Amino acid sequence: MFCEKVTELIRELQRSSDGQLPAFNEDGLRQVLQEMESLYEQNQTDVNEAKTGRSDLIPSIKLRHCCLLRNQRCITAYLYDRLLRIRALRWEYGSVLPANVRFHMCAEELQWFSQYKKSLASFMRSVGGGDGLDITQDMKPPKSLYIEVRCLKDHGEFEIDDGTVILLKKNSQHFLPRWKCEQLIRQGVLEHVVS
Amino acid sequence: MSDALSDDGSDINQDDSQEDVIMTPAELIAKLEEAWLNEKFSPELLENKSEVVECVMEQLTHMEDNLQRVKKGDAKASVHRMEIDRIRFMLSSYLRSRLQKIEKFFPHVLEREKSRGEGDPSLLSPEEFAFAKEYYANTETYLKAVALKRMPPNLQTVDMLKAVPEPCLDSFVFLRVKERQDNILVEPETDDQREYVVDLEEGSQHLMRYRTIAPLVSSGAVQLI
Repeated sequence: MFCEKVTELIRELQRSSDGQLPAFNEDGLRQVLQEMESLYEQNQTDVNEAKTGRSDLIPSIKLRHCCLLRNQRCITAYLYDRLLRIRALRWEYGSVLPANVRFHMCAEELQWFSQYKKSLASFMRSVGGGDGLDITQDMKPPKSLYIEVRCLKDHGEFEIDDGTVILLKKNSQHFLPRWKCEQLIRQGVLEHVVS
Repeated sequence: MSDALSDDGSDINQDDSQEDVIMTPAELIAKLEEAWLNEKFSPELLENKSEVVECVMEQLTHMEDNLQRVKKGDAKASVHRMEIDRIRFMLSSYLRSRLQKIEKFFPHVLEREKSRGEGDPSLLSPEEFAFAKEYYANTETYLKAVALKRMPPNLQTVDMLKAVPEPCLDSFVFLRVKERQDNILVEPETDDQREYVVDLEEGSQHLMRYRTIAPLVSSGAVQLI
């Protein structure tokens, strides 16, 4: 059956529906493109025959053309959905992606990501004049100024606004300004201790 | 929440309230809050409020500067610091929801920008416009490079306007009325001929289809909640 492989691609994304990025299915993509190529070639020959008067071929030409359109649509949906997931990663992890995620992306996706990163950065820099505003911070409404955090791994020295430098060592606990550690919490360096 | 916000905003910034003609910081923050809520709850992108954003950014820098001068351990300082945090959250959240809508509807947003008349105000701020254009180009290039250019010759383009869904203007929104409105048509395209018309009292709250009240949102007569 036509279009079966491309639905498989879409299903693959749907199965990992919680925003996870499965590995880029280069092989599946190539197979779909091959299918499209052969459909197209068959259509070309049939169209030439139909021109010489064989009108009984027209329904099958139409069918193949529909399959081609469907394949195209599904492939773009597959690729676009992956882009949306990659975009979400930028907001979650910051501009440097963890290696295991990058491993699942193809070269062009990495390129798209770095371009997106650039666009976003220049947008944030230009907000309101001056030095701009990092809108990937402050994701939740602030409840309190300081929060208690525990270090999950060694991070080294860390400077807070008033110039004090603290050493973030594994398993140490600190009482820090919330706006300073949001990013580190999302990166998994710190953990918010709720008692 | 809004009262507390604006009061604090005004007393730390009294010195620079004169330079921006008539708006006090309290009014400015109220404006930001209004724009933020409207943007958050409306299904489509609203007109940009870049003057408000710029003024709030200025205020924030001022407040930060003022805080630097306060001596350590002052109780007032932490109240103001909290205030800054809240305002910054509102501002970021506002810009974020705009950016999300731009990304979600980018072909439509750009199309509207293109078809806009000379004198009409732009939906997008210059920065947002640049972002939207880059996003469009980037996504198009990507699709071309990975798949489209390897497809048969008659299938190498995708009409983005058709492929990306439009904002759903028929979704329902909660709203509070700020200025009394008479004779609002609720169901313009129902089958039975009788038109269904309501009056919106000032201060009353409603749940309505966004499409019918969209002009009121942009004129500021109602507030989405």
